[in-house]
Amino acid sequence: MADQLSFEKPIFELRNKISELKTFTAEKGIDLSGEIEKLESRLEQLEKDIYGNLNPWERVQIARHSKRPTTLDYIERLFTDFLEFHGDRLYGDDKAIVGGIGRFQGQAVTIIGHQRGKDTKENIKRNFGMPHPEGYRKALRLMKQAEKFKRPIICFIDTKGADPGIESEERGQSEAIARNLIEMAGLHVPIVCVVIGEGGSGGALALGVGDRIYMLENSTYSVISPEGAAALLWKDASLAKRAAETMKITAPDLLELGLIDGMIPEIRGGAHRDVDQQANEIRVYLEKSLKELGNISELDLVQKRYEKFKNIGEINHVSGPIAVK
Amino acid sequence: MLRDIFSKKKKYATIPSEQAKQEVPEGLMTKCPNCKTIMYIKELRKNKMVCEGCGYHHRLSAYERIDLTLDEGSFQEFDVDMIAKDPLQFPDYLEKSAQDREKTKLNEAVVTGEGTIQGVPTVIGVMDARFRMGSMGSVVGEKITRAIEKAIEGDKSFIMFAASGGARMQEGVFSLLQMAKTSAALNQLNERGLLFISVLTHPTTGGVSASFASLGDINIAEPGALIGFAGRRIIEQTIRQKLPDDFQTAEFLLEHGQLDQVVSRHQLRETLGTILELHHPVKGGEV
Ligand SMILES: [Zn+2]
Repeated sequence: MADQLSFEKPIFELRNKISELKTFTAEKGIDLSGEIEKLESRLEQLEKDIYGNLNPWERVQIARHSKRPTTLDYIERLFTDFLEFHGDRLYGDDKAIVGGIGRFQGQAVTIIGHQRGKDTKENIKRNFGMPHPEGYRKALRLMKQAEKFKRPIICFIDTKGADPGIESEERGQSEAIARNLIEMAGLHVPIVCVVIGEGGSGGALALGVGDRIYMLENSTYSVISPEGAAALLWKDASLAKRAAETMKITAPDLLELGLIDGMIPEIRGGAHRDVDQQANEIRVYLEKSLKELGNISELDLVQKRYEKFKNIGEINHVSGPIAVK
Repeated sequence: MLRDIFSKKKKYATIPSEQAKQEVPEGLMTKCPNCKTIMYIKELRKNKMVCEGCGYHHRLSAYERIDLTLDEGSFQEFDVDMIAKDPLQFPDYLEKSAQDREKTKLNEAVVTGEGTIQGVPTVIGVMDARFRMGSMGSVVGEKITRAIEKAIEGDKSFIMFAASGGARMQEGVFSLLQMAKTSAALNQLNERGLLFISVLTHPTTGGVSASFASLGDINIAEPGALIGFAGRRIIEQTIRQKLPDDFQTAEFLLEHGQLDQVVSRHQLRETLGTILELHHPVKGGEV
């Protein structure tokens, strides 16, 4: 089964066995309920053991799960009256980023997010969720619009990274990302960011300069993909598993390092197991953060956001004589 | 003269590098990576490390750049003592940083401070690609952010010479977020109406290109500098074809509307001076 991750094999096997026994019971009329009950409690324990002790590489696999809910899945569940808006007014409409307006618990908000596809056809249309410059410029246009109408902004982050292609370079991928960073830093409305899948490098950060940055428990945020890191560091992309551990890219790791504001608990086994329930978990964080941020004045908001990012960094000082020119 | 011999008779110019190393006394002569001419370093230095044969702009160390850019004796350095910490306990990171400190005599990949250009005061930051490829980790981000804050305090312009392979992998998301941090500091500078000139030198790529280096009020690059978001190899793998030679050069970026000017190192100091004066009519007026 394509949806089944390798470390989940024992769980799926046991689950199959239980369903076989149930079928058998129904077909043959033999009562196996005692046996089934025993297996079900074993399954419960097995799920707890496996899903409760996920290593970084297993989380990466869940973050990349083909069935993992996307920005549009959450938009559908968290907002009412959502209207998608298109285009950067400069070049085109990038389908790797979706954005628009809607209501969150009655309040008008602007919503922007990376958008992957769930099958090959949609992935090609959406460039696998990897935006071109026009995607970032569309996002910025919608953010400026939000600022004009004093709407909070909610960003969903879910990309392997910005598109690395000739056209992206020609149209200024670097500038598009950089522009979002500086402009987001100065927006006079609350910005809440939620990493829902993969947060890949500058392409993710371009929607990530927020007042609050949350991550779903099995999402990742990284400066380079584990495969890329392994190739660069050890000249071997197959060491991605090791890189995933070394690079500290999971939500629990980043929470511990103080780099994110919160980790949103995930449905056991991954968000794809119950999208409605996962959306409810996200709703709690949006509600709380929008309420807190709504009480801060526009200028304080920008100043606090600056200080938040300014404080990020770990530095040592040389002791003794200083090496000068 | 040596250069003439070698450049005219191409056969002799392509000495295998190992052999060349033996024959070219260390620290006395060097070979131009572009036209392969062998020349005296002393002569090259006199020409601001620009190859007389082909115009290739050799890399400068941070202090060489400062010497070429600021008025003599005007430089005052900030935050000299900051060195890398190792927030992820990344294998070999501290050792490699220490090696680079030894090799470059720099504490980190950027030198920041203040000085004057043609008499006009400015805050300046200069990256040095020899130190961890000029990558931006916490120290680089912090030093640049503090330099920008100094510019704000002193009501001065800010000039940043980028030379970087991008984010510093060994600091993971700490390094990624320095992109946001430096950009947010530039937003503060913008709010005060102060000038930021970004000078993109070889190479300016990845997370540095995708943050402060692209955010100048005026973006200038040196000729031939490699500037881009994605690595050439990654793009070639993605599109499965060879890229043209001039792809991601300063000239390519100028052509595609990403730069204000490409300026030769011989004119750079004067160009920066003129821009500063135009933005500081009162302070620069007497010069
Ligand atoms: Zn040359």
